[in-house]
Formats: sequence, structure tokens, C-alpha cells
Amino acid sequence: MQALYAQLLVGLINGSFYALLSLGLAVIFGMLNIINFAHGALYMMGAFVAYFLLNLGGINYWWALLIAPIVVGVFGMILERTMLQWLAGLDHLYGLLLTFGIALIVQGVFQNYFGSSGLPYSIPDQLKGGVNLGFMFLPIYRGWVVVFSLVVCLATWFLIEKTQLGAYLRAATENPTLVRAFGINVPRMITLTYGLGVGLAALAGVLSAPINQVRPLMGADLIIVVFAVVVIGGMGSIMGSIITGFALGVIEGLTKYFYPEASNTVVFVLMVVVLLVKPTGLTGRAA
Amino acid sequence: MKKMISALLLGTAMALSVASIASADDKNVKIGVLSDQSGLYADLAGPGSTLAAQMAIEDSGLKAKGWTIDLISGDHQNKPDIGTTIARQWFDVDKVDTIVDVPNSGVALAVNNVVKEKNGVYINSGAATSDLTNAQCSPNTVHWTYDTYMLAHATGQALVKAGGDTWFFLTADYAFGAALERDTTAVVTANGGKVVGGVKHPLNTADFSSFLLQAQASKAKIIGLANAGGDTTNSIKQAAEFGIVKGGQKLAALLLFLTDVKAIGLETAQGLNFTETFYWDLNDNTRAFSKKFSARMKSGAPPTMVQAGVYAGLMHYFKALEALGGNPHDGAKVVAKMKTIPTDDPLFGKGEVEANGRVTHDAYLFEVKKPSESKGPWDFYKLVGTVPGNQAFTPLDKSTCALLKK
Repeated sequence: MQALYAQLLVGLINGSFYALLSLGLAVIFGMLNIINFAHGALYMMGAFVAYFLLNLGGINYWWALLIAPIVVGVFGMILERTMLQWLAGLDHLYGLLLTFGIALIVQGVFQNYFGSSGLPYSIPDQLKGGVNLGFMFLPIYRGWVVVFSLVVCLATWFLIEKTQLGAYLRAATENPTLVRAFGINVPRMITLTYGLGVGLAALAGVLSAPINQVRPLMGADLIIVVFAVVVIGGMGSIMGSIITGFALGVIEGLTKYFYPEASNTVVFVLMVVVLLVKPTGLTGRAA
Repeated sequence: MKKMISALLLGTAMALSVASIASADDKNVKIGVLSDQSGLYADLAGPGSTLAAQMAIEDSGLKAKGWTIDLISGDHQNKPDIGTTIARQWFDVDKVDTIVDVPNSGVALAVNNVVKEKNGVYINSGAATSDLTNAQCSPNTVHWTYDTYMLAHATGQALVKAGGDTWFFLTADYAFGAALERDTTAVVTANGGKVVGGVKHPLNTADFSSFLLQAQASKAKIIGLANAGGDTTNSIKQAAEFGIVKGGQKLAALLLFLTDVKAIGLETAQGLNFTETFYWDLNDNTRAFSKKFSARMKSGAPPTMVQAGVYAGLMHYFKALEALGGNPHDGAKVVAKMKTIPTDDPLFGKGEVEANGRVTHDAYLFEVKKPSESKGPWDFYKLVGTVPGNQAFTPLDKSTCALLKK
């Protein structure tokens, strides 16, 4: 039983990454109607920016949490301005192909310079060590990841669903022409939204840098699972993707305990089941 | 269209006839480096293996003696079906004589069958499974560098003798992990130890915390990592996070490469014990080769033991070709010749190619240095022991290779 508690907690930790990443995807899909396949590559860039900040500039983890999302977010906004915006109104497939291509290029470039085995990034001193919870040894850093990402997720949800700015955003996706008539710069809002979604990915990248290796393919390995999370949660549903992210982390954690060989596939099995039973996803609205 | 097809057929027929009339003084050789070029094993093999092969061709001096040696490389993406497709294409279309490297035991075993079927030469350096020279041995295969038997015996034995008598395995869920766990279990139990449990994880796993918790709960003294590359680095890094080593359990990295240590960082990796058969800083010969090698690597990295094995294996292959006076384009014949010549190269020293295809050479027990002991960017290892070549690998009387029963 004790082992079970431990696995639940570990699942929650992984769930925080799924939640942060799928949240960014959901925001981008909900507001821009773009299936952002470059998300994993941008997550990886976040981790690399943290690595560069530390090793080239001596800038620590805490600043990286702030700077990396901004740097990668700006990169994302440039992508949106120069490429993605021309795809507005076209079939989803175009956006998917374009972002997939961008992901391959970004990963290829990083792999060319940094190889595949990755670079070390250590846990900040303040978060080193762990606490014995009785049923498990919880590394402080992991606890921090859960709390921090939960706060970020809820803040994002609040921003989009409960504030004036969020209301503009949602309105702009429903009827851009009308919102424009009110004097709101819709294209700029779209760009900033993409930047926000991308920034969330980069933030997840910084959070994961001390846990996983900082390596070019770290995002590619994760992105497929995250897409499954988004599909299960319902494309474009913000709360849905947060809850599904955490829930799937837990389910995956339990699978690792009961039948580890299936831990890579359990998410996809669930995705198939959800698609068969409720094709819009658990919390998705019908298109 | 019809014309084109007949032209193609004619061309093929001509190419075939050229191949079949190749005589003993044919001095054309084509080598294919089949590796993981972009995945988790790309740094320990990949482009570095291609460079090593290139250097072997240059250093052999055969070109000056009128030989033409071509080199091509391919990416098997850690998928056996892709590996065998490339291998078949290389033999059938590109007329490749020899395939080298092939990390990933799953792919290596699949390619082993293709090479045998096509009567090519297979010099494997990257794969670990000892099956290549046991149950699945082939007259066309030479296995250089290392294997699971060697890793299990050198590292496993040393740890059990040092008091690590209870083991828990974290095993990569494919041919390699299974072979390494099997061979290590045999060593542990033979030395009076006990395996108390284990868990199989999928290849290329990012998060090991669930598995590590199970290992922690098992209370085993040694947690054996029967995995490789990125899986090993993540396991070690996250084990440190969960306080496993501080809690008194010891990690046994059964297979650890230079590039892995670099990726983990000395801070976390220090004190790990493991076995390799090559290290760039072993002696003057290895240092000289490594200097030339890293000058040509984009990352400036010195060679890993797999890349060194590609070089040494090809050098020995060239010796055999030279002794034959030409390329017979008959893999089994060349490999048979390779077995008659004792191996002696600057990187692995003296040894031999045994009848089952296993190359014997010394193996070294290393310990990862403390950050304060390291003097340079790749100064990672302390030598703590040497296992002589004739003891490091499967003794011939224990090998299950069918070639030995003749």
C-alpha cells in the first residue's frame, strides 16, 4: 500500500509536465486553431536556454525560470509573425505540417551541435535533498515542480477564462472581424497568445532540465504523449487539459508499478478508448 | 518505359556478371557503417563510428597499395526492420562487402542474420549481446569491443566480492537488457549473491522515478542498471535525486560509456564503478589516436570504446584482406582468415579472434573521478583493475556457438 502512495505521487509529478505542456497546446489550439507540433522542440529550447544561461552567463535557475520562457516566447512570436499567421483560415493539416517541419529543423540544429546524449544541469542548491514522507523519499525538487506547475496552470486558466484580456481573446477567436471593430488589435493578440503558449512549454523545459538530461530529443519523446493528453482532455479545453495532464501522469505511474512494460502505451490505449466513446474528448465541446 | 526497364535489366545483369567474375586480386572493398545516427546511442557510436572507419581506411595504407575502399553510412534508428532493410539494400544494390558497428542488440541480431544469408562480413562493435558469439553465432561475424558476458563478469563479480550480495535490476526491455540481466544474474548467483527483484522499462524512458522507488523499496544492496545510453544517464541522475546512493544502496552501471559520464556530469557520476575495454587516456597509443580523432570530431569528443572498436576491427579486417592478396567477396572466407591472424592494434592491444567470432582483449575496471580530480574536459576515469583478455570473455568451452561443435 505504501508503494502505491509513492507511485501516485510520482505520477502526479510527471503529470505536472503533461499538464503544463498540454495547457500550452490547448491555449494555442483554442485561440489560434493551430496544432502546434513544434511544442516539444520549444520545450527543449527552454531547457537549453536555462543551460546556456547557467554555463555561459552564470545566471541561475530562478532567473532562468523567468528569462527562458521570455526568450523562447519571443522566438515563438517571430515564428508566428513570419510563418504561422499566413496559415490562418486554412485546414489544420497545414499548420500541423509546418510546425512539425519547424520541430524537425530545430531539433536537427541542436543535435548537430550538442549531440544526442545531453548536457548536465544540476538542481539548484535551495531545492536539493529530500524529505522522508514515511511511505517514500520525496526529493524537494519534485515537490516544487508539482506545486509550481499547478500554480502556473491555474493562473493561466484564470487569465483566459476569468479576465477582461481573456474575454477579448476568446471573442477574437469566435469572431475576429467584430472584435477588430471595437478597436482591438487582433493579430497582435494572436501573436501574444502564441508567445504565451510557447512560453509555457519553455517553462516546462526549465523545470525538467534538472530532472532529465538537457538533450535535443527530450521534447520529441514527450510531445506524442502530450498530444494524446490533449486529445483525451478535449482539444482547446483549458481546464480539461490541466486535469487530464495530472490524471494521466497518475495513471501512467500506476502502470509503471503494476505492469511496467506497458507504461509507454497506456496513454494511447486510453486515447483510443476516449476517441471511441467520446470523440470530442472528456471535456471538449462539439466542433 | 519498356526501353528504360530493359536498360535497367541489362545494367543489373552487367553489374551481376562483374560481381561474379571478381577474382582474388580484386582490390575493391566497400564498407557500410550501420549505426544509430540520431537517437540515444548516436553519441557513443553514430557519426564518430563513421569517422573511426574513415581513419582506419586512411591508416591501413591500402590505398597506396592500389586498393579502392569505399565507405557509406546508414541510420538504423534503433529499429530492427530498418536495420535489415538497409543491410539488404547495401548487399543487393550497393554491393557492400562489410557492415561494421551496429549498436543496439535488437538490430545487431537481426542484421547478423542478413549478413550470414548474404555471405558478407560483419564486424560488430556497438552491440552488447553475448548471443552474437553464442546461440546466434555466425561464420560471418566478428564481435569486437565488449559483450554482456564480459560486463557481467567484470563489474558484477567485483561488486559481489565487495559485499554487494543482493541485487535489483532495472532492465531495458529488449534483447540487450535481457541478455545483460541474464548474464549478470548468473554471475551474482554463482558468487553466492541473490537477485531479489527487477523491473523492465521501455527503451528510451525519460522518467525513472517509479522504477527507482521500486528498487529502493526492494532494499537490495546493489541496483543493477541493465540499460544503456540515455536510459542509464537518466537512471543515475534520478537515483541521486531520490537519495538512493545516500540511503546506502549502490548503483552498478553495468554498461557506461564516456559520453554518458559527460552527460551525467562528474558531480553526480563520481564514484561509479564500471567496465570498459578502451579509454582514450590509457596509454600513449590511445592518447595519440584520440588526439587525431577528437581533432576531427565536430564536438571535439575523444573516441568511445565502440568507436575505437570500429577502428580496430577494420584494421584487423584490412590485415586479413591483405593476407588474402585481394578481396574474394566471400565473407566467410575473410572472417576465417581474420581468425587465423592474432589481433594486435594500438587501441586494444594483443588478442585473438576466437572460433566463435569473439575478439578477446583486456577489460578494465574504472571508477569515475571526483570533480576535483579531473584535470580536463574529458578526464573522467581512474583505472582500478584489469581483467586479462583470456578471462574477460566467455570461455570457449562454455560458449554455445554451433561453430565450435564441428
